[in-house]
Amino acid sequence: MRITLSLTLLASFLLAGCSQLGVKAYERGLLAKESMLLTSDPIEAGLDEHIYFSKEASSGGRGFGGGGCGCN
Amino acid sequence: MQLTKTRSIAQALAGATCTLLGTLIHAGTPGSWDVDTAILYYGEDGGRVQALEPVIGITGYFADDAQLNAKLTIDTLTGASPNGATPSSQPQTFTRPSGKGGYTIEPNTAPLDDTFKDTRAAVNVAWAAPINNDWRYSSGINISAEHDYFSGGLSGTITRYLNEKNTELTLGVAASSDTIKPEGGKPKALSRIPDSRVANFQQVYDASRTEDGDSKTLLDGLIGITQVINNRTIMQLNYSLSTSSGYLTDPYKILSVIDHNSGENYLDGASRAIYIYEQRPDSRTKHALFWQTKYMLKNGDVLDGSYRLMSDDWGITSNTIDLKYHWQLDHAYLEPHLRYYTQSAADFYRRFVWDTDYNNGAQTLILSNASADYRLGDLTGTTLGIKYARQFNQQEFSVRAEYFVQSNSGEQGFGALTQQDLYPDTKAVMFTLGYSF
Repeated sequence: MRITLSLTLLASFLLAGCSQLGVKAYERGLLAKESMLLTSDPIEAGLDEHIYFSKEASSGGRGFGGGGCGCN
Repeated sequence: MQLTKTRSIAQALAGATCTLLGTLIHAGTPGSWDVDTAILYYGEDGGRVQALEPVIGITGYFADDAQLNAKLTIDTLTGASPNGATPSSQPQTFTRPSGKGGYTIEPNTAPLDDTFKDTRAAVNVAWAAPINNDWRYSSGINISAEHDYFSGGLSGTITRYLNEKNTELTLGVAASSDTIKPEGGKPKALSRIPDSRVANFQQVYDASRTEDGDSKTLLDGLIGITQVINNRTIMQLNYSLSTSSGYLTDPYKILSVIDHNSGENYLDGASRAIYIYEQRPDSRTKHALFWQTKYMLKNGDVLDGSYRLMSDDWGITSNTIDLKYHWQLDHAYLEPHLRYYTQSAADFYRRFVWDTDYNNGAQTLILSNASADYRLGDLTGTTLGIKYARQFNQQEFSVRAEYFVQSNSGEQGFGALTQQDLYPDTKAVMFTLGYSF
C-alpha cells in the first residue's frame, strides 16, 4: 500500500514536471532523426539482449525480461 | 529500411524483448515494406561456446500509422560449456546428460561439457496501431523452439500521449509458457549423478530421473514514461516487474562435492568422485528500473546513455551501464560502445558443496537449493565495441566488432581446492553484419 502510494505520488510529480518540458511539433526536426530513437537498431538490440540473457542473471528493463530460450 | 523513416514500437516489440518506445512514430508510406537483416557470430575462447545467429525482420506499413512486423531468428550453438564442477588435481570423469557414456577432463582443467550443441528457431510477430489521436496499442506473439525447449508468449502495450505528445505513458504486459524436456529426462534435484562406469549404470541412471520434462510460466508487467526534454534531448524511465514460476533449474548443471578435510573431490567407496544435480527455487520475482537518455550535440553526433538497476528475491542485485557515441559522418556513422555490468550472487549460489552438506545423499536442509552456475555468482562483465554503418540509396550496411570479458569471484575453498582456478574469465568476440533495405 505504501509502495503504491509512493509510486502514485512519484508519477504525479513526474507528470507535473513533464508538462513544463517538451517542444512544439515544428521543433522536432532533430528528434525525428533515426539516431535519436531510443532503440535505433532493434535487430541489433535483440541480438544483444539474447547474448546477455544467456550470460548473466539479469534481463529486460528496456522492455520485457521474458524467457524464450533454454539458455538460461 | 528507409533511412528517413522513424522506427516504431512494432519493430521494437519484435525484438528479443519489447521496447516501449513509441515516441515520434512516423508512419512509413502505406503499402511499403522494410527489410532488416543481420548475422551475428559469437565466439568464446578456449573452445567454449560458438554461436551463429542470422535474423531477418520485415515491417509493413499500413493506413493510419498501423504497422506489422515479423522477425525470424535462427540460433546455432556449438562448443563446450562449464558443467558447474570444480577443476581438480586428478582426472575427472563425468556422465553425459543423456546418460550415453561419459567424458574425462584432464587434471587442473576447467570441466566443460563438450556435448553442448543446439539450434533454436524463434518467430516474433507484432502489430501496432493508433486507437485515436491520444492512444496507441501494440500486441505481439513470440514462439521459440529448440530440441529440448519450447516457449510461447503473448504481449501487449497501451500508450497514452500527453503534453502535445511530448510525454508518453506506456503500460505493458507479457506472459509466456515454457516447457523443457531435458536430454535423458528431468533429473532428481540434488541427487548424486550416476557414474557411467558402474556395472548397473542404466538402472541407476533411470532411477535418477523423475519424469520426461517440466514447465515454467513467466508474467511481466511494465510501466514507462518517455519524455521529450527539449529539441535535442529525450529520456525514458521504466519500471518492470517480472515473475517466473515452475521449473527454473538448469537440468544440465552440476556441483562437485568436496572433502572438507582435504579440499579434494569427495570420493565414494570405489574412489569415484561424487557430483550432484543442481536445484533452484521454483519461483523468482525481479524488479528493474531502467533509465535512458539520448542527447544530440550541435554537430549532429548523439550521446546515448542508459542505466539499469535490477533486484530479485534470489538475492541478486545488478547494475548495468551502457554508453554509445554516435559519430555522424557523411552518409555514414561510427559508434563506439561501452557496456559495464556487475551482479551479486544468488543466495543459493555455491561454487561447490562440502561433503558435510551432502551427508551421503541424505541432504540436509542447507541444501534445499544449490547451483554452481557461474551466471548466478558474483560477476562483472565489460563489453567494448565499435560499429560502422554506411547508408546509400535507401539501404544501410553495417559492421560491428565487440570484445566481451566476464570475471567471476567467490569462495576459494580449502586445501587442495585453493590451488585450482575456480573462477576463470569468459572472453568472447562478437561480429555483426547488418544489411537493411
